[in-house]
Amino acid sequence: MSDSIKFLALVVLLIANGVGAQTTAITGATVHTVGPAGTLTNATIIVDGGRITAVGVDIEIPANVNRVDATGKIVTPGLFSPLGQLGLSEVGAVAGTNDATQRGDAFTASFDVAEAFNPRSILIAISRVDGITRAGITPRAGAPDSEGNVSHVLSGLGSVVHLGDSPEHFVKRGAVVVANFGETGSGVAGGSRAGAIQILRAALDDARDYARNRAAVERGDWRDYSVSITDLKALQAVLAGNVPLLFNVDRASDISVVLDFAEEYNIRAIVAGGSEAWMVADHLAAAGVPVILNGINNLPGNFDRINARLDSADILVEAGVKVAFGANAQTHNARLLTQTAGISVAYGLTWDQALEAITLAPAEIYGVEKSVGSIEPGKDADFVIWTDDPLELTSYPEQVYIQGTAVSMASRQTLLRDRYLRTDRDKPAAFRNK
Amino acid sequence: MIKPISLLVFMGLLTACDSSPDDSDVKPFASRYAALPSETTLLQGATILTGTGERLDDADVLMQDGKILAVGANLDAGAANVVDVNGMWITPGVIDVHSHLGNYPSPSVNAHSDGNELSSPNTAEVWAEHSVWPQDPGFVTALAGGVTTLQILPGSANLFGGRGVTLKNVPGQSVMDMKFPNAPHGLKMACGENPKRFYGSQGRAPSTRMGNVAGYRAAWIAASDYRDKMNAAVNGEGEAPIRDLQLETLAGVLNGEILVHNHCYRADEMSVMLEIAKEFGYKVTAFHHGVEAYKIADLLRENDTCAAIWADWYGFKMEAFDGIRENAAILDRADACTIMHSDDDMGIQRLNLESAKVIGAAARVGIDIPPERAIRWISYNAAKALGIEEATGTLEVGKMADVTIWDGSPFSVYSTAQKVYIDGALIYDRHDPSVNPVTDFTLGTSAQHGGAQ
Repeated sequence: MSDSIKFLALVVLLIANGVGAQTTAITGATVHTVGPAGTLTNATIIVDGGRITAVGVDIEIPANVNRVDATGKIVTPGLFSPLGQLGLSEVGAVAGTNDATQRGDAFTASFDVAEAFNPRSILIAISRVDGITRAGITPRAGAPDSEGNVSHVLSGLGSVVHLGDSPEHFVKRGAVVVANFGETGSGVAGGSRAGAIQILRAALDDARDYARNRAAVERGDWRDYSVSITDLKALQAVLAGNVPLLFNVDRASDISVVLDFAEEYNIRAIVAGGSEAWMVADHLAAAGVPVILNGINNLPGNFDRINARLDSADILVEAGVKVAFGANAQTHNARLLTQTAGISVAYGLTWDQALEAITLAPAEIYGVEKSVGSIEPGKDADFVIWTDDPLELTSYPEQVYIQGTAVSMASRQTLLRDRYLRTDRDKPAAFRNK
Repeated sequence: MIKPISLLVFMGLLTACDSSPDDSDVKPFASRYAALPSETTLLQGATILTGTGERLDDADVLMQDGKILAVGANLDAGAANVVDVNGMWITPGVIDVHSHLGNYPSPSVNAHSDGNELSSPNTAEVWAEHSVWPQDPGFVTALAGGVTTLQILPGSANLFGGRGVTLKNVPGQSVMDMKFPNAPHGLKMACGENPKRFYGSQGRAPSTRMGNVAGYRAAWIAASDYRDKMNAAVNGEGEAPIRDLQLETLAGVLNGEILVHNHCYRADEMSVMLEIAKEFGYKVTAFHHGVEAYKIADLLRENDTCAAIWADWYGFKMEAFDGIRENAAILDRADACTIMHSDDDMGIQRLNLESAKVIGAAARVGIDIPPERAIRWISYNAAKALGIEEATGTLEVGKMADVTIWDGSPFSVYSTAQKVYIDGALIYDRHDPSVNPVTDFTLGTSAQHGGAQ
């Protein structure tokens, strides 16, 4: 039976049984819970109905459970990729496979990439065999198209998805609204970042005005707005503080502007990129604004990042800022999260802080920490059994669990690998199918 | 002919220093590289990966006059400055065969975009060294990643992009101060999507892969003719043609003086490129990027052609769709010349970790790649592809003392380069700011040491 047929068979089997229906006990591993229980050695995790029901040492294991011996292994929560286009992109340079960028003014804040999400994207399997179980999928600004349509300062709505097999893929839809400041914001706003903030101000003012005068607007008896009514509706959740604005921003002075803006409108903000965030760490901490950091950037790729440094994460965490990694590890490269976390340890972060930055911290930033991000009773059973230290690149996942299900460890890449690892040469590679 | 005064001055300087100048004083743009002052140094008590495939535990490296004088256990220090490196690892200085530092420098503003002469599909006449800005902060961050030698290549829009240059990773006021003495030039060629997309979109040839191939062959026909006429003129048979920079580069390849570095992703295209090399009698020294090289590992070994690749880049364009992390592992298993390259100002800082990813992927399928073997991907094999393996790339007696010291296995994500020596001179010390080069551009910023302080 070929791997792909096996994979299909597994899916059918799981659906027939009800996903994660059987109780499973993972035993013997060192479990980094990233929760209040900390790190447990020779621990047991009990999984039932897709959830973690118990984790600890000396736990009684019920009879008739599916036992998985993980002695000598390391277990962590599933990894969370907070930014990027998993399920929204196949091949970067093939336009038709990319759905994260909207141009023109028809939709801005309400542009919802969830409608374009493809759970069968080859990138999903490639990412999850390296331990990624959840992802933020986010819209982004793009270069003008051939007709001169440009992206807006507001890129649209981002969502949180799981990378498992159960059909309800959305953990949280419309979790953030993406906004662009700094050089990118300037580029789409007509030439100045000051213009970008003015466009944002106009949109939020309009959204407030719309909320107060909805009836008049619907009668057609009101002034014009800077964005569409659909977008103004999407911005209500931002004004209400339920949905954060996620700002792509790097320069320290720009981050200060974002923080002042968020305070002025009493909205929640997330900083993404944050190359110079360390310079305003105290301000970020005081405002309670988290940073989805580019954890490896140390070069002035542009003038917004002129003070980028490798120990940024350590400085930010020390100041009390919540830090997740992922601005540098997106989409095809989401699996670089562990490398980023490992490098941050070489530059001052503790190992536990680094693991938190790729598990619990992004879950908290997206407000889904009640169901994912750590190994705690009551949370979804998303975890990874690693051969060894998960931040070391020479280690790898032996098995990934999403919502209690051991997912297939095959991907398009493992199929290619297995075909070309073979050394029999009697027939062309096209016949090496199992 | 009147020589420029500055050149005469530099020739005078060169006779006063240890390193040898390029072979002739009439060659323009010759290396003016001069090793920094060094003292006789004994690195004592480390784990050593020699780059020859050997691992020595608790061993020493002795450096004198810019060269490696001895490698082994319990070396006699004599009058040498002794550096205790107990618990650390020593490797040859890392070599990157594919970099655009200096010609696509940071900040990457349009004014700095000097890596690709896009004006014609054949620009074999341009030299990457004439675009290198020595103040690129990326040179310093690469140094902090243990990189001592790197080849700067033109971009990949053209069928023939121009000449690449091999540099010592030392600060310089001009590219000549950095040029690796006597290293051959490279010729950048490119297959596939880039040339056909770029020129095809302008309504020019090539717009297809078959157009690409016709373009290479037409150029080699012209170059063969040029070479033949030049050779004939030397033998007194007819007049030499007017000097032509483009044909001169291509004839240099046919004469074996310039090494072909061919950007090529797909296995089928690499196979075609090897046929073209056969047709015109040149050698493809290395395929760069080679995302599908694992599909033709045996063919590459048989042709003695290296594959310079990434650990895990895939999917950013169609010809990169089949990239897998085991690429290098499968090549290495077949004894094909395997090289990890960067093509990236971030990747060049961690070629050791790019290699670690391959070690991990290989372990997943039961292939054990020990550190002493993997280090060759970023040292000896890279030196071989640049034609400088007699001079550097391994820790062997008589070679340049280009050495990187790590605070653990270079394949651990937690390890960083602690000290870097180039020609025996300490040029980078993570814990001593006085031995951290700072480019003019980064003065006054917090990124002076690549954020690595």
